[in-house]
Amino acid sequence: MKSLEAVNEFVIKFANVNGTGSASANNLFAKALFRMGLPVSPKNIFPSNIQGLPTWYEVRVSEKGYLGRRGGVDIMVSVNPQSMPQDIKEVEPGGYFIYDDTKPLDLRLIRNDVNIIGLPLTRICNEQYDDPRQRQLFKNVIYVGALAALLDMDFAVLTQLVGDQFKGKEKLVLPNIHALELGHQYVKSNLQCPIGITVRASDQVGDKILLDGNTALGLGAIYGGATVAAWYPITPSTSVVDAFEKYAKRLRIDPGTGARNYAIVQAEDELAAMGMVIGASWNGARAFTATSGPGLSLMSEFLGLAYFAEIPTVLFDVQRAGPSTGMPTRTQQSDVLSAAYASHGDTKQVLLFPATPKECFDMGAASFDLAERLQTPIILMTDLDLGMNDNMSEPLHWDDERRYDRGKVLSAEDLDKIERYGRYLDVDGDAICYRTYPGTHPEKGAFFTRGTSRDEYAVYTERGEEYEKNMHRLMAKWETIKEYVPKPEVVRSKQATDTALLYYGTSEESSREAMDYLAEDGIHVNAMRVRAFPFNDEVEAFLHEHERVFVIEQNRDAQLRTLLMAEFELGPDKLKSVLCFDGTPISARNIRKQILMQMPGHNVTPLRRERVVGNGE
Amino acid sequence: MSYQVPKFRHPELPRNELGYTRADYEGSISTLCAGCGHDSISGSIVRACHELSLEPHKIAKLSGIGCSSKSPTYFLGKSHGFNSVHGRMPSVVTGAAMANRDLLYLGVSGDGDTASIGMGQFTHAIRRNLNMVYIVMNNGCYGLTKGQDSATADEGSASKKGDPNPFGAIDLPGLALQLGATFVARSFSGDKEQLVPLIKAAMSHRGFALIDVVSPCVTFNNNTASTKSYEFVREHAAATGTVDFVPMREEITTSYPPGQSQEVTMHDGSVLHLHKLSEELDPFCRSSAMMALERYRSSGQILTGLIYMDKDSRDLHEVLETSRRPLNTLAEEDLCPGDKVLQNINASLR
Repeated sequence: MKSLEAVNEFVIKFANVNGTGSASANNLFAKALFRMGLPVSPKNIFPSNIQGLPTWYEVRVSEKGYLGRRGGVDIMVSVNPQSMPQDIKEVEPGGYFIYDDTKPLDLRLIRNDVNIIGLPLTRICNEQYDDPRQRQLFKNVIYVGALAALLDMDFAVLTQLVGDQFKGKEKLVLPNIHALELGHQYVKSNLQCPIGITVRASDQVGDKILLDGNTALGLGAIYGGATVAAWYPITPSTSVVDAFEKYAKRLRIDPGTGARNYAIVQAEDELAAMGMVIGASWNGARAFTATSGPGLSLMSEFLGLAYFAEIPTVLFDVQRAGPSTGMPTRTQQSDVLSAAYASHGDTKQVLLFPATPKECFDMGAASFDLAERLQTPIILMTDLDLGMNDNMSEPLHWDDERRYDRGKVLSAEDLDKIERYGRYLDVDGDAICYRTYPGTHPEKGAFFTRGTSRDEYAVYTERGEEYEKNMHRLMAKWETIKEYVPKPEVVRSKQATDTALLYYGTSEESSREAMDYLAEDGIHVNAMRVRAFPFNDEVEAFLHEHERVFVIEQNRDAQLRTLLMAEFELGPDKLKSVLCFDGTPISARNIRKQILMQMPGHNVTPLRRERVVGNGE
Repeated sequence: MSYQVPKFRHPELPRNELGYTRADYEGSISTLCAGCGHDSISGSIVRACHELSLEPHKIAKLSGIGCSSKSPTYFLGKSHGFNSVHGRMPSVVTGAAMANRDLLYLGVSGDGDTASIGMGQFTHAIRRNLNMVYIVMNNGCYGLTKGQDSATADEGSASKKGDPNPFGAIDLPGLALQLGATFVARSFSGDKEQLVPLIKAAMSHRGFALIDVVSPCVTFNNNTASTKSYEFVREHAAATGTVDFVPMREEITTSYPPGQSQEVTMHDGSVLHLHKLSEELDPFCRSSAMMALERYRSSGQILTGLIYMDKDSRDLHEVLETSRRPLNTLAEEDLCPGDKVLQNINASLR
């Protein structure tokens, strides 16, 4: 058997039982590698459950800087007998399967093309600890110590990290270091180490940070000036408001009075959460909510009101696998269409697609400027993968010279200069009209905000031509919006090509890696990362420039492709789909495979949707 | 269609402390049916605001959907209004109140808007003790869709359509009391002498103030078999007592015989006089209020007047400890921690 050999380039996966504290230990492992200067990408694949079900934690380590999922597992750390049969199958030929050999391995599971390494984790714990909870918790730390020996890691990095992580809880430092040493010592004295895959310190991290997208969004809301947060708990968005609250408690307390310069209301449901955001924004505060698919469905009536009555609204949608409750702890990009056209009647909503924690922070803060400038909902579309996993990211930055763009709002002095104020009067020709906050002027500027048709002066009307005029203006505003939303990013191949990739959000890293694979296959492609809807003119030009464009996304129905086809009236011949919707982040190998199958001259017939044959046909 | 009210007024209309006449608190001409109870309630709101010398632009009026929710167009034309989504007015008020605690929030809803589609939001606004006045224009039917029974229609009551309602009624004051509401009143659109001081008291109350106003629907639910008709309500209403409201700025001139009157100083310094109080009700005791409601209900009567008030009510802003300065007045320097702080956060993430 040929064993896998690699330095600083591998995929390791931990198979655990949820609720046993494994995620913190696995995170300790990932962060230690990050501190050694190695780009890492940890992904927590967890069940919708609190205790007792299988959970996995996959860490991509790549000195080359690949941060997406590669596909395949080089080292499996199997600590959960429930999922062992499935876990051992996933290991690449020549890879390593590390398991708890306190009980012998089921002979039926043994693979001859995999290195099987036993660690008596339960036995060590039973000898060392009397308390059952300690036995459970330290088992995880022990295998991290063992991995340090197997991979030839710098043990001092781990011990220092433990010291940092338990700062303020010093009593926990020594027991954790002891557990690390137990694993490390066992391997050193009993096993051949290191194995074929090793790590060594590198310098590929620079000033980057390790941060989850939801925390970055919460911080973005703080920096963006949000004062009102209204929300209803839903996985995977909950930690957005948790982060906002955590930082608000530190950074938003009035120094003089100790009062809070923010209000967080946990609503009775997502309808109410959206209503609160609309009420607060209407009244001149910056407000936001965070939700996921089912919440977006519930908010859609209100989103129509905000679109039609033109009320700034900020919504962070952390997408998960639908439809219905779907797979609530797995990732997807499957709310694109329901968000883009959210609500009944003719509606179009502005979407932003961040791809990194830094972009979550930047776009999160910018959402408030955009919402107030454009007077419409801004729906930031992130997903569970970006939101809940630690992602390596450029550091966050705030320009202290930057001023909030509060949009077109009239003051009492402004109103005094106006003969008659019209809330929906297009004074500047950009289809964006002037707002007034309640309470501004004793005599002027009051109007009735409503979801019913009205004229330019906000007076109720059922005259068809007035209604049409307003709907036309909203479409003209849609054109204005294109100038404000973030532009796409383009990566050009060094060789001329008529083939391109188009992706958004968390498909970026794997797509970039797949481009390198494809280049090795002799297929050169240009690439575009779309960052917003409405699509800017650059997107249309890019599509026209290429013969075929592979639209890479993480849903079944090719939702962004549908949106492109609808907005640009393009046919399916030009736009091909590369899809992943099993609930795990799309991998580079998967993208390569799907593209190869669809390239001209390839003799594999691509999967097609089966035609539904009705009765009588 | 809404029509502007003609601006011409008698030059000697009485002016309040701000120099405003009652006309300054009116809105567009109502497009509701002639004789609709809702228009009387609008009239009472206008009178209460005028007499309290409230600045119209410091009031925000919000509503849901339905005949009741159209009515904010017909009063307070100088106030910002928000005709939101069916049953969702409470959430919009919650957000608005969080943004600016200095305005007076007047929510107008109907029985369908509150007791059916908006029941969830209604109950949670009460639970949070949101600082607002919540007026239900309660006619027991869906007017805009032509007269279907609503959830507040009494069992056995029949609208113009003729079939007796087979379901029990949701009693909004009773529900509000159970949920911990801090101000609960009921009135009748046809009794301005009772309704106007109740609205004033509700506006001075800190926290959630519910006024359930029985307001007959002249078109669909004013027939002899209905328990929400003018005639039925006039015959079956029983008042808890009489309420007089004296704003803070005014001198108390009326004197009441001792033993028959209670004086309550409101949070804003104004004074509420309760007199000729029913011996069966202590309006400062929740369980007494609940028992009185039930006693009158089971005897086929409609208890009106101030039913319950918590003098020490704490509103949502107090619970959340939000800044005295309205949140919508805070600027970058109050809100944005700056790059230096961010660089420290970056450092903690390495």
